[in-house]
Amino acid sequence: MSESESGLKLPKYSPIPEGEDPSNFAEYRSTKYRFPKRPLFHLPPSIGEITGPLLGEDRVGPHDHDLTAHGHGEPLGERIIVHGRLLDSGGRPIPGQLIEIWQANACGRYVHKVDQHPAPLDPNFTGVGRTVTDAEGRYRFITIKPGAYPWGNHHNAWRPQHIHFSITGRALPQRLVTQMYFPGDPLFVQDPIFNAVRDEKARNRMISRLDLEETVPEWALAYQWDIVLRGPDETPNIETAEEHG
Amino acid sequence: MSSTPDTVGPYPLPSVEPTFGPTPSQTVGPYFSFGLTEPWDEREDAVAPYRTDAIEIFGQVFDGLGEPIPDAMIETWQADPDGRFNHPDDPRGAVPYEGFRGFARSGTDEQGNWRVRTLKPGSIPAADGVTPQAPHIVVTVMARGVLRQLTTRIYFGDEPEANAADPVLQSLPEDARRTLIAEPVEGRGYRFDIHLQGDDETAFFQF
Repeated sequence: MSESESGLKLPKYSPIPEGEDPSNFAEYRSTKYRFPKRPLFHLPPSIGEITGPLLGEDRVGPHDHDLTAHGHGEPLGERIIVHGRLLDSGGRPIPGQLIEIWQANACGRYVHKVDQHPAPLDPNFTGVGRTVTDAEGRYRFITIKPGAYPWGNHHNAWRPQHIHFSITGRALPQRLVTQMYFPGDPLFVQDPIFNAVRDEKARNRMISRLDLEETVPEWALAYQWDIVLRGPDETPNIETAEEHG
Repeated sequence: MSSTPDTVGPYPLPSVEPTFGPTPSQTVGPYFSFGLTEPWDEREDAVAPYRTDAIEIFGQVFDGLGEPIPDAMIETWQADPDGRFNHPDDPRGAVPYEGFRGFARSGTDEQGNWRVRTLKPGSIPAADGVTPQAPHIVVTVMARGVLRQLTTRIYFGDEPEANAADPVLQSLPEDARRTLIAEPVEGRGYRFDIHLQGDDETAFFQF
């Protein structure tokens, strides 16, 4: 909490982790003309940037977390459970937050007109899901393990299997769009998007863990993945937050 | 355009030991629209349809070659016309404003066009609590090839006095400051183009 002379009390968020500035990563070709060359300007703490849209329960239907339940029948592929907790960098759970995901189907094909990969679409799988974290910050999706797919970045380029995640968080510093990967994927060694995160420890935080305890016997393997957002140095106005929650 | 590299990597295989820390950002990629913008109920509206006092803010997103970006996503967040945020961390308390969410999300079309429909925000207190900040909207930009979201602000070209006193605008060099001004367009609203790179590169912030 920083307090200015006027008594304006604003939560203070930890800085963007080092090495995470938006920048060029030459081996990921699309970055070349899409990163600002001028250094980012410093913005002092301001109410508009330490608040943000509070998106929660009212955005989610009862089956939105189950991506295998959106068609007339079961989608093809390997059914999996993806679950974990949404935490801030102080380790505190972040309850009531919207998580949006999208992914390719088991064949590595997206429901998107630009995706030209000659693999079949699955009429029973759109690859879109939403959920809201519970009081302990937990989330859980049921889906199909996405396939690897080719992309034109370099000769014989294939993306490792991944699921896209979008979290708005409690305030703009917590806004995160990222990708969840699967353990042991042999394609990590040639994927410039995964490796665009320079710090190895940070990079490895994008890999989920096979979770046999949450695996449902005779039904679906589970993968566990915690998501950690930049946290305020202390949680302000807890009572207020609950009152308006 | 750059040619296709023959080889990429090999990068080291990941170690297996997880460590606690912030999850890194990754690009939103080229295929987000079916997951993020198309299922979004309100589309480009930060304001309920019945609000006849709404304004439109629109523009294009360009890359460093001056080409429009057809796979970008814009999100906006802002104060209400009274300069308040409906959020518990607003030190003045969270206050709802009828028919107004403060948040909108827009994809870009094949010409890089985006738009949001909203209410013009009021001035808000600055960090020093003395100088008010001019009316503005916080803008987040994501796209294929953008590794981490970019954040900027939209100020209004028809607020010259407030802009001249705004501490953030005044902290910027002139060539950066002018990239944050949305100009009024008769009968349509305000135009705000975003250049991720190049001579007209938009000023982006870290916070």
